[in-house]
Amino acid sequence: MGMSGVLRPGHAAIKVLDLDEAVHFYTNVLGMLETGRDSFGRVYFKAWDERDHNSLVLRQSDRAGLDFFGFKVRDEASLDKLESNLRAWGISTERVAAGEMLATGERVRFESPSGHLLELYAEKKHVGTPMGNRNPDPWPQGLKGIAPIRMDHSFLAGGDVAKTEKLFTEVLDFYVTERILLDDGVTSAAVFLSCSTKSHDIAFGLHPEPGRLHHVSYRLESWEQVLRAADIMSMNKVSIDIAPTRHGVTRGATVYAFDPSGNRFETFSGGYETYPDAEPIEWTFEEMGSAVFFHERNVDPLFFETTT
Amino acid sequence: MGEMYVSGSAKHDVRIVDFDLQFACPANQSLLRGMERVAARAIPVGCRNGGCGVCKIEVLSGSYEKGRMSRACVSAEEEENGVALACKVFPQGDLTVRVLGKMGRKLAPAHTPAAR
Repeated sequence: MGMSGVLRPGHAAIKVLDLDEAVHFYTNVLGMLETGRDSFGRVYFKAWDERDHNSLVLRQSDRAGLDFFGFKVRDEASLDKLESNLRAWGISTERVAAGEMLATGERVRFESPSGHLLELYAEKKHVGTPMGNRNPDPWPQGLKGIAPIRMDHSFLAGGDVAKTEKLFTEVLDFYVTERILLDDGVTSAAVFLSCSTKSHDIAFGLHPEPGRLHHVSYRLESWEQVLRAADIMSMNKVSIDIAPTRHGVTRGATVYAFDPSGNRFETFSGGYETYPDAEPIEWTFEEMGSAVFFHERNVDPLFFETTT
Repeated sequence: MGEMYVSGSAKHDVRIVDFDLQFACPANQSLLRGMERVAARAIPVGCRNGGCGVCKIEVLSGSYEKGRMSRACVSAEEEENGVALACKVFPQGDLTVRVLGKMGRKLAPAHTPAAR
């Protein structure tokens, strides 16, 4: 597969109500590695198997929620082309200067029809993994907490999922892997989109308020690691939303919980590999419960309502 | 205060109007946690960390301590007038509260088969 254009989710920038408490949580409980702090007071993290400087940025605020979510693109030429395509499609864009985020090049920022601030960028400093690139160990010793291998995807909630899907498929060259339908059998309550061979790189769901964060997801390597993640959450009295189970959508194994500011996160493993020529999988309204939680076969409306 | 938190034994009665629900809540536990411990569901449970706003309540009477809450959920004016998130309310006396919730259950019919 010749990957071009958008490569992958690159960074989630999150607002927190108490920075010190959040840094402790993301360092010692989730087990991300701190990579820097900037003059705005933002704190940067990466997961151990990520090679770029950061994938999570925390900012102190009087509210929780998402600041912005960024995708890395192949190169500067892709960035210019995608920006021009966004504008041609009717989306305004602005450039955020290189260095505004630590170790990160110029970013193209735009607002999705769902009301989220999204970004594309081509450059981020390669800092590598703790194992290095020559004769590496399979994983580093001395990790703390859950220690996911990467920031995997995000689920964003807001209005106009249909137009957001069109933006992602027509302009950003994502493809739909799965969708969950409303009871009209046509409208998507949620749509799952990939720019790679992952079962999803981003997902959008309907919500009466725009720009809401449903969750940021962090990848683990096995179901056993998902169970261990839930153990670590309970050992640390973390607010768990959904105990370990499997999704019908993507077939991934999951635990959902909340950071100390109430931002939901997921620790996730599995999910099938797919290709852009696959026909989308559809879940009917009647089977929405199985789509979201395959064992419970039911989903509490609060799972969708609870966002930051 | 410190003594109360150490002992954790002081309990206060919490009454939720419109739900015919009353339970004892330790002063060192949030009102929401106190409700979850008796397996009641009157107040919607969301993030439990002051961020999402689904457990929004109005305290009609009684004294309480507050934890940190997202301004996107409770404005300064609301906070002055006894509006708070149940996950960040710690009873210091008997309380009477009313459930506001962020959106109630409005989403239910459109979003889940469970609501049918």
